Amino acid sequence: MFRTALRNVLAHKARLLMTVLAVLLGVAFVSGTLVFTNTVSDAFQKSSAQGFDHVDVAIKPEQGDAGAQGGRPGAAPALTQELLDRSAKVDGAASATGTVSGFAALAGKDGELLGDGWSTRGANYFPGPDGKDDRYPMRDGRAPSGKGEIALDAKTAERAGFEVGDTVRMSIDGPVLTPKVTGIFTTDDGNVAAGGSLALFDTKTAQGLYAKPGEFSEIDVRAAAGTSQAALMSEIEKVLPKNGTAAATTGKELADEQAEAISTSMSGMRTGLLVFAGISLFVGIFIIANTFTMLVAQRTKELALMRAVGASRRQVTRSVLIEAFLVGTVAAVTGLAAGIGIGAGLRSLMGSFGGSVPDGPLVVSPATVITSLLVGVVVTMLAAWLPGRRAAKIPPVAAMNSVHAAASTKSLVVRNTIGALLSGAGVAAVLAGTTMGDDGKLPMGLGAALLLVGVFVLTPLLSRPVIAAAAPLLKVFGISGKLARQNAVRNPRRTAATASALMIGLTLITGMTVIAGSVQKSIDKMATDSLRADYVVSMANFGPLSPDVEQKLKDLDGVTATSPLRNSPSLVDGEREYLTGVDAKTIGQLAELDFRQGSWDALGGAKAVVDSDTAKRFGWKDGSRFPVTYEDGKKGTLQVAGVYQGNEMMRGIMLDKDRLAPHQSRITDMQVMVKTSDGATPAAKESIREALGDNPAVAVDDKKDISDGIAQMFTLMLNMLYGLLAMAVIVAVLGVINTLAMSVFERSQEIGMLRAIGLDRKGIKRMVRMESLVISLFGGVLGIGLGVFFGWAAGELIGSSIATYELVLPWGRMGLFLALAALVGILAALWPARRAARLNMLSAIKAE
Amino acid sequence: MTTTPVAHQATAVAARATELSKVYGQGETQVVALDRVTVDFRQAEFTAIMGPSGSGKSTLMHCVAGLDSFSSGSVRIGDTELGSLKDKQLTKLRRDKIGFIFQAFNLLPTLTAAENITLPMDIAGRKPDKAWLEQVIQMVGLSGRLSHRPSQLSGGQQQRVAVARALASQPEIIFGDEPTGNLDSRSGAEVLGFLRNSVRELGQTVVMVTHDPVAAAYADRVVFLADGRLTDELHAPTSDSVLDRMRQFDAKGRTS
Repeated sequence: MFRTALRNVLAHKARLLMTVLAVLLGVAFVSGTLVFTNTVSDAFQKSSAQGFDHVDVAIKPEQGDAGAQGGRPGAAPALTQELLDRSAKVDGAASATGTVSGFAALAGKDGELLGDGWSTRGANYFPGPDGKDDRYPMRDGRAPSGKGEIALDAKTAERAGFEVGDTVRMSIDGPVLTPKVTGIFTTDDGNVAAGGSLALFDTKTAQGLYAKPGEFSEIDVRAAAGTSQAALMSEIEKVLPKNGTAAATTGKELADEQAEAISTSMSGMRTGLLVFAGISLFVGIFIIANTFTMLVAQRTKELALMRAVGASRRQVTRSVLIEAFLVGTVAAVTGLAAGIGIGAGLRSLMGSFGGSVPDGPLVVSPATVITSLLVGVVVTMLAAWLPGRRAAKIPPVAAMNSVHAAASTKSLVVRNTIGALLSGAGVAAVLAGTTMGDDGKLPMGLGAALLLVGVFVLTPLLSRPVIAAAAPLLKVFGISGKLARQNAVRNPRRTAATASALMIGLTLITGMTVIAGSVQKSIDKMATDSLRADYVVSMANFGPLSPDVEQKLKDLDGVTATSPLRNSPSLVDGEREYLTGVDAKTIGQLAELDFRQGSWDALGGAKAVVDSDTAKRFGWKDGSRFPVTYEDGKKGTLQVAGVYQGNEMMRGIMLDKDRLAPHQSRITDMQVMVKTSDGATPAAKESIREALGDNPAVAVDDKKDISDGIAQMFTLMLNMLYGLLAMAVIVAVLGVINTLAMSVFERSQEIGMLRAIGLDRKGIKRMVRMESLVISLFGGVLGIGLGVFFGWAAGELIGSSIATYELVLPWGRMGLFLALAALVGILAALWPARRAARLNMLSAIKAE
Repeated sequence: MTTTPVAHQATAVAARATELSKVYGQGETQVVALDRVTVDFRQAEFTAIMGPSGSGKSTLMHCVAGLDSFSSGSVRIGDTELGSLKDKQLTKLRRDKIGFIFQAFNLLPTLTAAENITLPMDIAGRKPDKAWLEQVIQMVGLSGRLSHRPSQLSGGQQQRVAVARALASQPEIIFGDEPTGNLDSRSGAEVLGFLRNSVRELGQTVVMVTHDPVAAAYADRVVFLADGRLTDELHAPTSDSVLDRMRQFDAKGRTS
């Protein structure tokens, strides 16, 4: 049996090519994902482990989730110089290093921001007893000292072309700084290894920028020789403040935590990518099943002969499965090799985009190899199982008949019934889901899956009416069009399987597009509808802005109103709530909120406005009073003077900034809203930018910029999804090619006859192309239709939590997808059509 | 208009092969399928090409019908010389001037009998001549089965559809490649009867390759091929006279 199977595989090399390619692509996707994520994860872990080499015990502020980063308001009590001194002196401590760090925007020589917002950091240079900070050995120049000096990491300096002595433009929280580069250092800092940048100040300057004089955001203690991390830790714990505002962790724990965090984030990414790999493998199943069905049909006589001479049904099935096994193995092995290549390629691709992956070896783990091989073989055998069973059902007498009876219509009746039931149940579940709000997710997901399967089962039935609908269009192409249409519905199962492969990809693509388009519109509406200000000024990384910025803008000619949005953490009813400080006098001109009760007018003093969600949560209404604990621990009472509909930009409890200011240890703004006398004009924007010193780190956005930003975010996300789903579409194209090649092969006698009685090569080509087009468009129409339905249904769910949600049907995109389906059809037909046109007429006519 | 006067056209030539040769391969492996064959097929005549298998009878028909290329010599269909034609022109010639009947019927399973019959005209984008079509369908006795698909027809009926298809476009010449090869003797006789009638009554020109002496007896003339050469010709054949000739070839073949 094995030998027969092997012979069969070798005899049908060409026919199995598309099958192998389909499996290969899927497996390559899987193994590429695994290799890539393993490699990146491994590299990150190694580099972060290095980063903790200097740390034996780290002391961090406790309960300072926002505090450790960027010196935001409401930082937990910082670590003091005193704690640093004490921890340096505990038994077994060799040295203690105090760190302050935060965001530092750095402009390149062209004035544009270097890197993306959150990976550009600044920190302090903390010289040890020898006057050097051994975390940051200077390659050139010397360490920074005093306000106007910084040192840059070597990678960034090389990338941006900075040298010792250059002046750079940078910004921490708004105002532009122009320090001189005094040194260039090397570091194994994890952020730098991952492609970020690091600028070093002397400790005093850094404290001024990120904390308060004499305060640190982290203290790292090094153990003396012979002292274990645990021993040092227990010593350190003795000197920590009694009120629990600081906690110590060993370096090993930190490294482990970091490793854990990295592998968690990588596994999320891996799961995401594997889902898409799964989709393309699933699509591949249709192709494999199609191919094996045809191979079996072609060999009916041969298989019947084997049955006639005594092979059992099981043996026949087994021979088909062995064939599938061989095909799957070849595809899986080549797929694995391709996947390793993809993994390596992806890494260098990511490297060339911003170099955010640390160097490291390519990791091909045994698990990757086994998974990839298993996936390839199992998927292929699974897909070949049904054709294999069908092969076993061939009666021995078929060896004698010239024609083996095709599958009866009865099984299509059963199929249609099952399909109708599944689709019906699916639609019902999805519709039920839309009315259930948040609880609707499960029924909707289940319903969507049921409907997808149901429609897939129904495609043979659907193919006739849908393709018949295209008849008038095809008439234009005369006899070729007519024959193409009839050929397309000739083998409904095969057409259905081929179209389904394309349908799945397009359903997902369309669904995503509809949802993303609708959500984008609603968020955009939310953000801009309420905005009366002409400009919103913020840090490019949404970091804190210095209040100086607002002051400068207020004094600018042509500016009629400004207000900051400034956050301060507080406790309300024992819950952590952010209070937002605004300028009560001007906010009414800058933001128009949808007030359910009250208005901006009452704002001021102890009177605050709250969004309806918060009000509902606490059971407040207009006039309610509530106690609040400010960030400095002082208590007060606020009164609700208005309840508004919250949105993306403005939500929570808002009060006058003057009420908040006395309680804030460090005043910073999230955003500043600006209104100008002439509205949003290029000149006004220019003057604002100029007033802020043309700071690359500060974004000055008008409504359109905000819309564009939101749109850009969605476009980026959609493009990524498109890229990933493109794989499924490529596999579907292989499927169409496969089907057409089979059709051409099976119908070579007819094609020969048509050529003999006078259809020219062009006509034959056109006939094959049209068939391909019809099948592809059929899949496209089903996919787009289903996608819109799912998009609508998911929107009904989302709409229950976003007030401004409305369905946006992307007609242009949908047209594009249909055109894409047509393109798929035309491309897939290229080769089969050529083959058909070149067919040797005489041998084709005679062929049986 | 449908029945052309037969008598005074009987001498005109519908197709002619002159010194026609077809050689496969080169050097050692060279096979001569046709060796300087010269033959005329006259208008309104029913000609049968006979010969043992491998004699080149099918090759001759394929070359004359523009289905296959030839190595040297010339072939004319009416006034058209085939040797100089490109594939596109050949296709057009086959479409407009030649009808075909194949051994395996070669109907399109997706089309009805009526659609199969008008297929050559559909390909050409021409409207069929209604009255003529009606006459052809009447003749082959398919009136009641026009909406049937090939799978719903018997072999004999299918071949009758093929005959009607060949006749429907009023070609200058019809070529049949063993048209009765897949039929039982009764159906075969029917089909041959139609072909003969089309020649006698409608003035059609028919050339048929066969190895069956009974089939050849329906023809007006039989040409014999052996080893790629034209060896003999027989007018007004009967199955016995054909069989006699065949026996002679066999005998010659054995002695030479």
